[in-house]
Amino acid sequence: MSSLIDLINVSKSFDGTLVLDDLNLSVKENTFVTLLGPSGCGKTTTLRIIGGFERADAGKVIFDGQDISNLPPNKRQLNTVFQKYALFTHMNIAENIAFGLKIKNKPKSYIQDKIKYALKLVNLDGYENRSVDSLSGGQQQRIAIARAIVNEPRVLLLDEPLGALDLKLRQDMQYELIRLKNELGITFIYVTHDQEEALTMSDTIVVMNQGYIQQTGTPEQIYNEPENAFVADFIGESNILHGTMLRDELVEIFGAKFPCVDKGFGTNSPVDVVIRPEDIDLVSPEEGSLTGVCTHLIFKGVHYEMEVTTPDGFEWLVHSTDMCPVGRKVGIHVDPFDIQIMNKPASEDEEAVGVNE
Amino acid sequence: MSKKLLSGPYLIWMVGFTVIPLILIVYYGLTDRTGAFTLANVVSIATAEHAKALWLSLGLSFISTLVCLLLAYPLAMVLRKRGIGKGSFVVFIFILPMWMNFLLRTLAWQTLLERNGVINGILSALHLPTQSLINTPGAIVLGMVYNFLPFMVLPIYNVLCKIDDNTINAAHDLGANFWQTLLLIWFPLSVPGIISGITMVFVPALTTFVISNLLGGSKILLIGNVIEQEFTKGSNWHLGSGLSLVLMVFILASMALIAKYDKNGEGSSF
Repeated sequence: MSSLIDLINVSKSFDGTLVLDDLNLSVKENTFVTLLGPSGCGKTTTLRIIGGFERADAGKVIFDGQDISNLPPNKRQLNTVFQKYALFTHMNIAENIAFGLKIKNKPKSYIQDKIKYALKLVNLDGYENRSVDSLSGGQQQRIAIARAIVNEPRVLLLDEPLGALDLKLRQDMQYELIRLKNELGITFIYVTHDQEEALTMSDTIVVMNQGYIQQTGTPEQIYNEPENAFVADFIGESNILHGTMLRDELVEIFGAKFPCVDKGFGTNSPVDVVIRPEDIDLVSPEEGSLTGVCTHLIFKGVHYEMEVTTPDGFEWLVHSTDMCPVGRKVGIHVDPFDIQIMNKPASEDEEAVGVNE
Repeated sequence: MSKKLLSGPYLIWMVGFTVIPLILIVYYGLTDRTGAFTLANVVSIATAEHAKALWLSLGLSFISTLVCLLLAYPLAMVLRKRGIGKGSFVVFIFILPMWMNFLLRTLAWQTLLERNGVINGILSALHLPTQSLINTPGAIVLGMVYNFLPFMVLPIYNVLCKIDDNTINAAHDLGANFWQTLLLIWFPLSVPGIISGITMVFVPALTTFVISNLLGGSKILLIGNVIEQEFTKGSNWHLGSGLSLVLMVFILASMALIAKYDKNGEGSSF
């Protein structure tokens, strides 16, 4: 499967601030790709460059083998769903959906069929003559999607489309989007800062920070094998610790030896160690590799959230369905395959670039 | 109760300077010098001289409004893009004349356009034939456009600023080029501002007599000049009031037009 969209060495700055620095990104046909990162990481700018609303200062945008870097948005074979829907308030729902088709001078009967089809697809049959203002946020967002997909784009760009919706609706819409993508068989490029959204929907997640791609991979890879401390910290909760790789498959943390499964980091080299809070087993003090005292306990619904402070002062975040009361002395045990080892960044610059790949 | 009292001074002002004069105009307009009821003052709009002045006023006001609209819309779009608060040079140039007195500005145009004025001075210095610029309908239109343009720009600017960038982006995204977007998105969404602007320019242009006095000389009589002359030189308040009533009908008609389109009160803050 070759790639449909390629960003090659794309750079962009606003008012002298570098937003994207020499970015390379490849999107395969018929995948759900999510650009994930904190605000200001350049994810929306990347999307706007693909959509044609911003022009890159340097680099190329290749679409299906052709350079579209200088093509205006109306000449590109892709459509965008905007964050705040951006529906045309002076038109009714049918006119909104028909807009792109009318511009392309499609026959009336074709447009009518398309409107029906699109409304059915987003579960809003019979809404043709409603006004935009009479719809809820979730319905407006679905109309915005319908308005985009009737044009049969090869790529749908979605800019935090669920950001303005409440939690329940957001979750429903996530499943809706996955279903839509499968039914339409087109490429989705999705921008969000919500890691849960990204993990739920994506085939591929691109984690961005400060204008750089930190890691690209499947949701499982991103979550289970973060390549650097930023990714580990941004996706889910994690304990990031300083460790020393004694030799292959053995790491020392706070003077205690933990067997792990990583190799090739050399001997006695400093590394970052990531351990997810749900991967920590609290055992009796004599069974643990390290011992500590439980200092915090919060009930979170699905699990308890606890903090275990070890003698060196580090507070380990632990998620477990078993409760450990505050003040109890416990042992910390981690299975070897739950320990993720990462190279330490040599400088702050490298921290942003993510040299660990 | 106490809050109602606060509006007292304004109510007194309104009754004294709006309601009573209006009643007087209606009274004078519908009576003759002996105080007897008559429609003659109102009907006299049909006389050749008055009708000509009214049609000329309507025509020049219409042209001025159209020119204002054609100038204001692109300007409002530029201002929206640059941001009126950012102190850009364009905005400064635009605002600057508004700080000067209306009469002074019109007098300045008189100086520019006069037979021996600045423009003709430059033309003759260049050995070009001088033009008769002043005392023409064109000069009056120029004066109207110059004075009333801001009243067209501001309501349109106001309504354009409320259009979300992404609405425009969405139109481009769906395949519309610049002109299609202008026609299908910008215009329909800015109708309230355009209607406000048209009214704010058309009404004062229709009733003006200062601009036509200064730039039209005595040669061109607008309906405003006719009414003014009846009140001053002619001392015929009855005829002047009668014609004012006719003019008021035209103004009320345009106000009705705003009420119809300007439901959201766009631009009416000006």
